[in-house]
Amino acid sequence: MTRSTDNVWLHRYACLLAVATLFLVTLGGVVTTKGVGMAVPDWPTTYGENMFLFPPSKWIGGIFYEHSHRLVASLVGMLTMVLAGWVWLKESRAWLRWLGLIAFFGVVFQGVLGGMRVVFDTHGWGTELGIFHAVFAQLFFLLVCSIALFTSRWWNGRVEKIADSMPLAGLRKFFIATTLLILAQLVLGATMRHQHAGLAVPDFPLAYGKLWPATDAASVELYNAHRLEAAGESPITAPHIIVHMLHRLTALAVLFAVISCAWLARRNAAPGSPLIKFSTLWVGIVLIQLVLGILTIWSQRKVDVTTAHVALGAVTFMLGWLLVLVSSRFVTAPRRLASAVESPLRPAAQLEHA
Amino acid sequence: MKTTLTVLTIAALAGSAASAAEISGKIKLTGTPPPERPIVLDVACGKVQPNQIATRHYVVSPDKGLANVFVYVKEGAKAAPAPADKGTMLDQIGCQYTPYVIGVQAGQHFDVKNSDPLLHNVHSLPKVAGNKERNIGQPVPMKSDFVFDKQEVLIQFKCEVHPWMFAYVGVVEHPYFAVTDKDGSYKISGLPAGDYTLEFVHLKAGRQTQKITVGADDKKTADLTFEAKAPGQ
Repeated sequence: MTRSTDNVWLHRYACLLAVATLFLVTLGGVVTTKGVGMAVPDWPTTYGENMFLFPPSKWIGGIFYEHSHRLVASLVGMLTMVLAGWVWLKESRAWLRWLGLIAFFGVVFQGVLGGMRVVFDTHGWGTELGIFHAVFAQLFFLLVCSIALFTSRWWNGRVEKIADSMPLAGLRKFFIATTLLILAQLVLGATMRHQHAGLAVPDFPLAYGKLWPATDAASVELYNAHRLEAAGESPITAPHIIVHMLHRLTALAVLFAVISCAWLARRNAAPGSPLIKFSTLWVGIVLIQLVLGILTIWSQRKVDVTTAHVALGAVTFMLGWLLVLVSSRFVTAPRRLASAVESPLRPAAQLEHA
Repeated sequence: MKTTLTVLTIAALAGSAASAAEISGKIKLTGTPPPERPIVLDVACGKVQPNQIATRHYVVSPDKGLANVFVYVKEGAKAAPAPADKGTMLDQIGCQYTPYVIGVQAGQHFDVKNSDPLLHNVHSLPKVAGNKERNIGQPVPMKSDFVFDKQEVLIQFKCEVHPWMFAYVGVVEHPYFAVTDKDGSYKISGLPAGDYTLEFVHLKAGRQTQKITVGADDKKTADLTFEAKAPGQ
């Protein structure tokens, strides 16, 4: 068996899996937005029938979305299994082979987690498991995107400009911190969504007409009196409002951090560097994400807008992580490869004057 | 043995004869509630529900009577054994729960029915320990038996297949409860003489209590007004 680092089709397949995973995350977002996660009350069966044989005539209402989510999840599970096998057989880097296996066990864990979210819902664990399931989905998406990057030609030694440098290492720290901030934002978002309380604060840019809404018992009672939930959402509480407001504040922090990263990349990386391209794209994506967040409020959580917000949240997180990896490639590669030919940075003299 | 039974029966009859007090009243809503949200049905439900339906948060009669207020004796009444008869049935018909609010006694069985020729899931969401959360499918017209052992006002029932379908069940440990009708009227019968605290619970308008004293055979009135406050008030 020939193993190598140059597996073009493996890379393409990993990219396909990444797209499928993003679609799955999006479909999960639809399920949560519509509040139909428990439309199929059993797992791994569907209303007592084999999941794969459940007749389409019964895919009505919320069942359609929840059942589709389960079937697409099964497909992603199988695709991941193939990826793990493919990487194991054809990839020469041992650590990447193990990463493929971790992806396989990760998708199995995520599938079981989704099942447990259903099974233990009636035991009072639905919210916590739902949040964990949502966040783990994002982490799995990152893992698949990472494998796609590691199997790319660009990653595998065809980087022409490699050099170690302190400014770039500093930039990488910014990417890491910003990506962690986005992860925190995703956790806040998942917490909001899985409490099934709808929009805890229905207006923007103000919040219940103020910069910071009142959260005393009388005010919350008044808010609830005016929320006419169409899907039986739970009454909101003060913690719901606080989590919502933190999500807004963190969004601003993310925007500031991403703009800072892009600015630092332009300052420190060489013209044409992928770090500049990706971080500029990152700013664009975050701006669109911000608009989608606002539209989610103004549209009172319209399904398509909210789902786009969830999907783009995953893309934002993924871009941050890829920037961490790409910057790591520049920083760590020279220590391992003595054949560095050209710096991705501006010459030292330029840096001093920058 | 026979004598004991006779004595107990006479005592029970005497007790019930002495427990003829009645509290009735009308609940009103002042102010203007927010408009209800129209519900967009899916294709399957559109076939069994020809009418345009909307949420039922504030159901108010022309003379301001507020429907779906759960009224019960919060303090002063002793817990009573659950009756053998089943409580009010909660029906799913035309992709809507009917009634919107019902009351049952703790330990009293009641049915949740699917009258529609399509699948609904019945998901009860109690919060009090001892009341069991359940989520079952009703793929065809059928009934399912439910019971809650602990007092809880109010428990939500949902159908996640059709997320706009939800209703509420008030569970009380004695039989002294009622739900206001479409005119906002209610009546609680058979109360023993005593001092009571009534609680009036509306899912949106809030909760209010009122103290009342009734003697044997009294017929007392306890009216109440909720206020739909404007935002920021």
